[in-house]
Amino acid sequence: MVEVEEVPMEAAPVQRGAAVEVRELRKEFTLRDRKKGRFGKRTRVALDGVTFSLERGETVAILGQNGSGKSTLVRLLSTLLLPDGGSATILGHDVVAQHRAVRRVVNRVSVEASFFKKMSAAENLSYAARFYGMTAKQTRGKIPEILGRVGFPHDRRDESMENLSRGMQQKVALARALLTSPVVLLLDEPTTGLDPRSKLEVQDFIREIRTSHDSTILLCTHDLVEAEALAVRVGILDRGRLLCLEPADEIKRRFGAATLEEAFFAATGREFEAEGDEDDDREVLA
Amino acid sequence: MRAMMGTLRAELVGAGGVVERNAYLTKRYIWWDLAWFAWTVANTLTIVFIAKGIEATGGSLDVNETMTTLLIGAVVWAYLGILFMFLMETVAWERWEGTIEYTFMAPLSRAMHLAGQGAFAILYGLIRAAFLFVVCAFVFFDLQMPNADYFAAFVVLVISSVSFIGIGMMMSVLPLISPEKGPQLGFVAQGTLLVVSGVYYPVEVLPEWMQWIAKFSPATYALDGIREAILEGQPVTAMWDEIWPLIIIGVVSIPLGLWVFSRGEQYAKRHGKLKRSG
Repeated sequence: MVEVEEVPMEAAPVQRGAAVEVRELRKEFTLRDRKKGRFGKRTRVALDGVTFSLERGETVAILGQNGSGKSTLVRLLSTLLLPDGGSATILGHDVVAQHRAVRRVVNRVSVEASFFKKMSAAENLSYAARFYGMTAKQTRGKIPEILGRVGFPHDRRDESMENLSRGMQQKVALARALLTSPVVLLLDEPTTGLDPRSKLEVQDFIREIRTSHDSTILLCTHDLVEAEALAVRVGILDRGRLLCLEPADEIKRRFGAATLEEAFFAATGREFEAEGDEDDDREVLA
Repeated sequence: MRAMMGTLRAELVGAGGVVERNAYLTKRYIWWDLAWFAWTVANTLTIVFIAKGIEATGGSLDVNETMTTLLIGAVVWAYLGILFMFLMETVAWERWEGTIEYTFMAPLSRAMHLAGQGAFAILYGLIRAAFLFVVCAFVFFDLQMPNADYFAAFVVLVISSVSFIGIGMMMSVLPLISPEKGPQLGFVAQGTLLVVSGVYYPVEVLPEWMQWIAKFSPATYALDGIREAILEGQPVTAMWDEIWPLIIIGVVSIPLGLWVFSRGEQYAKRHGKLKRSG
């Protein structure tokens, strides 16, 4: 492991008018601890004073292993979790105090496509759009258009989701997120588990979103190539701490590494693919 | 003012989205629903046959009236079961399908989310209750109800539904707190509510302390009102004794239900339970 000085993320300037501002964000979970007896409990820190900001229109990738806190970060920004400390704002709206305003401008795609599986793609998109105030008149033309854009076959639009491949489901998940025209798009391992072709198609679509929309994208992934290919800046999140957040070349240079994988190893002291053995923690933190 | 109207419109569209989604799901699971309906009919018949059984074993009673009384109790039981089931599914089904995070991060207010869920539950439950009543009363038993005021019975059931939805909202928070066992507690609430409300017997036969609790149960007034309308032909205008307590319980239970649900949601957000795997 290369000895490096930790980047003082706390001192990083937060831009005025940034799309996402996160300051000293902290989240911990209480877990059952069998070693401490039947009712034993322990605290596990999922996010430990994370600070960063995202400019409008910027794409940033956060790299981290299972249980590093990536999904906790996404869920906090999605208003699905309450922080234990610090703050996060999206377009100036606090994710706790102004969660309704945040919800209007944020959408996400997670590792699981998550649909009502007996319902068709069109039906799933239709009811989801209503939750964002879109009427039937507004979605009648928009749903076929957006499904077409993600490369979803027209003749399978009314087929149950359960009959679609994982790759196809993930395309519908991207369509669902884009249907509401989010200003901030949170992507939580959107290509994990996809076959290589579907993975490339989803990545191409993310590129298209980046160029054709004014969306700010936060991509949480453990795919180093994907992070480097899609993001302007890359962050390394390890055990709830954001070790750095800068362009991939800067990270490699700072850690004296030839590849992002080597840089990750140098920063965290761990092999990138190595899995922790704390299954309970992963269940809560994932 | 214009912004307020826009927000209200978006909220109503969102509540409509919940109804739309449940309509799609009902369409997709229609054969399962029919199987479930067959079970409800069988269950109702086992209760209504009790009156015939008493007569056959030498008991003295007005069989037609007793069967109708039992049938009304069984239909209200089934109706309440459907309402609570839909409201419990607000969380439980979404967690199972994995959509819970997407629904709860949408900008739709929780009040309208639950209102949409409740509106569909009432609509679906009323249709199902009407079918159940007709099938059992006229297909299986040929019960005579010459004085019945069906409209008055329908009005009482609709008014009582508001209170039932309020109580259902409180119950629907349980799967948020305990994903594994929470949904089953809905049956506990349903049973407890009906046992004190005179579902198959007059409230007067209950111990005094249970009769006292019955005063706060909307099911007591719903069952009384529907029986008066069906058996005695009482019109809506003669139902004020049942309607005013139902309105008061409804006015209290809806905000209380929303408050309990919001507390449960806060708890789930603090402890990381607002997600698919629990």
